[in-house]
Amino acid sequence: MGRKLLTEHINVEGIDTLEVYRKHGGYRSVEKAIKTMTPDEVVEEVKKSGLRGRGGAGFPTGMKWSFLAKPEGVPRYLVCNADESEPGTFKDRQLMSKLPHLLIEGMITSSYALGANTSYIYIRGELLYVLRILEKAIAEAYAAGFLGKNILGSGYDLDLYVHPGGGAYICGEETALLESLEGKRGNPRNKPPFPAVQGLYARPTVVNNVESIAAVPVIVNDGGDEYAKIGIGRSTGTKLISACGHLNKPGIYEIELGVPVEEFIYSDEYCGGIWKGRDLKAVVAGGSSVPILPKELILKTAAGEPRLMTYESLSDGGFVTGTMLGSGGFIAMDETTCIVRNTWNFSRFYHHESCGQCSPCREGTGWLEKILHRIEHGHGTERDIDVLASVAKQIEGNTICPLGEAAAWPVSAAIRHFRDEFEWHIRHPQEATRPGVVYPGKAVLA
Amino acid sequence: MESTNAPAKPQFSEAAKAEIDRICKQYPAERRKSAMLPVLHIAQAEFGGWVAPEVQDLVAEVLGVKPIEVYEVSTFYTMFNLKPVGKHVLEICRTGPCQLRGSDELTAELERITGAKVGEGPSADGLFTLKEVECLAACGFAPVVQVREKYYEQLDTEESVNAMLSELRNMVHRPALPWEETGLPNAVANN
Repeated sequence: MGRKLLTEHINVEGIDTLEVYRKHGGYRSVEKAIKTMTPDEVVEEVKKSGLRGRGGAGFPTGMKWSFLAKPEGVPRYLVCNADESEPGTFKDRQLMSKLPHLLIEGMITSSYALGANTSYIYIRGELLYVLRILEKAIAEAYAAGFLGKNILGSGYDLDLYVHPGGGAYICGEETALLESLEGKRGNPRNKPPFPAVQGLYARPTVVNNVESIAAVPVIVNDGGDEYAKIGIGRSTGTKLISACGHLNKPGIYEIELGVPVEEFIYSDEYCGGIWKGRDLKAVVAGGSSVPILPKELILKTAAGEPRLMTYESLSDGGFVTGTMLGSGGFIAMDETTCIVRNTWNFSRFYHHESCGQCSPCREGTGWLEKILHRIEHGHGTERDIDVLASVAKQIEGNTICPLGEAAAWPVSAAIRHFRDEFEWHIRHPQEATRPGVVYPGKAVLA
Repeated sequence: MESTNAPAKPQFSEAAKAEIDRICKQYPAERRKSAMLPVLHIAQAEFGGWVAPEVQDLVAEVLGVKPIEVYEVSTFYTMFNLKPVGKHVLEICRTGPCQLRGSDELTAELERITGAKVGEGPSADGLFTLKEVECLAACGFAPVVQVREKYYEQLDTEESVNAMLSELRNMVHRPALPWEETGLPNAVANN
């Protein structure tokens, strides 16, 4: 069994209350940081831990913190990105609803490190019920003196608020999130300036994912070096994996980075194998935007090494034969899955969620969806596959924010690894559109 | 009271006003517009599950912004319903992981049982509006439907679907929100 740094007590009765949470060691990091450490010492521990942004980008959290501008007399903000909406990802919802005080503790310790006196948790609007849970827990934290004026007699003040979104995936992009928090449409901003210099209300701002913030208490309590001992290489610590799709035991798993993918899928400690006794066909390992991999390449790298659940191993081979750990949204597909249909579904998602600001994304995602829809429904032409690949390529790198790449990658990867299935759809439309019929494999094309 | 053709100007309840005041204090005084999304959520709950143009104007008034600043937000975020809805809006997740676990079949079944069609008006009895939405972040418990603040999960059996529908059919008022004493009767506008 791997160590559980975040979720050890997740199933303890009443752990959502401050009293029970305190009994299990809660808020120790606030006491330790505020009473015995300078803010910079906290930042230093986070740097040493090697913690990487858990929202998907994997950027070192400590380094991001160190970029924060600190002009004299100007307020700065910490904003928690709880706008979890990357398809396949549902870890933050679970963490916040069951362990609200863990996030709050992380917010206090992190805000102290950054010198923020007002912090926000931006939670997706669909999770209003989780917002209620957090607000209740925040009220408890105020009553206990962990929030408000002069926390633990230190002279440090912090107010913490929860802010709901309104149903827009794009607000998970940090500058769109800040626009949204200012009461506007979620249009991503041009960068630079980066939020570290001009973020919320044009003030210096750090935006971090829920899971990143939730890892800060254990890093402060045990020290960054201890945290960094877990995992492999630059993939330190534990990661929450949201496992879904055709698995026997979908759910949230906290793993030590480095678990072999094969073990994660098939062992009873984790997902317990593929449902209905079927064979695995493909996996999207890090949320819908990362490249899909066929069974052979998700279990083993192109070089034949076992694929591990780490940032490096999953991306081994680049996009030719690899993928990304991303947000840890792990979507498994069994042998009956139609890759064309699934790719069309994801394209529809990105088309729906494009903010419309940049033409390549606004128009390109529309074309991807339309062409995939027609292939899936038996009206594809031989040219369509190359047109898809070309549209995807023209979106990439030509947009203000990474939604463009997020829309393009799944299409490019599906064609890369499952081109024969697309061709079969185009050449055998009657067969391909018959309910219950799935692409039978390469042999038929010959 | 004598009725007129002009629609009555909507007003927030006292409870909602107090909640809006509390929320506005979370942002710097000169940044009251930040309360846009939370106030729109309150407005939608107060006025029958959708935000009519006059309700959006009220939100603009409360926040001290121009009406267009509310319209451009309400049309951007998919949670705000811009047309009248049934008593219960069923938001059915249609994204990949839910589709892999049967959301297309679930949508068809809900259309069959309720008589409502996705993307169209409420069912003939006024009870249900069906709306397809993108990922609700509950992929491990697919397929999923959200109704107001509640998630109904693993709706892959007849029993689970029927249990959800009968719970909703038997609901007289929508559940009260934390600042309310009881659910508001105007959530049942169609009855």
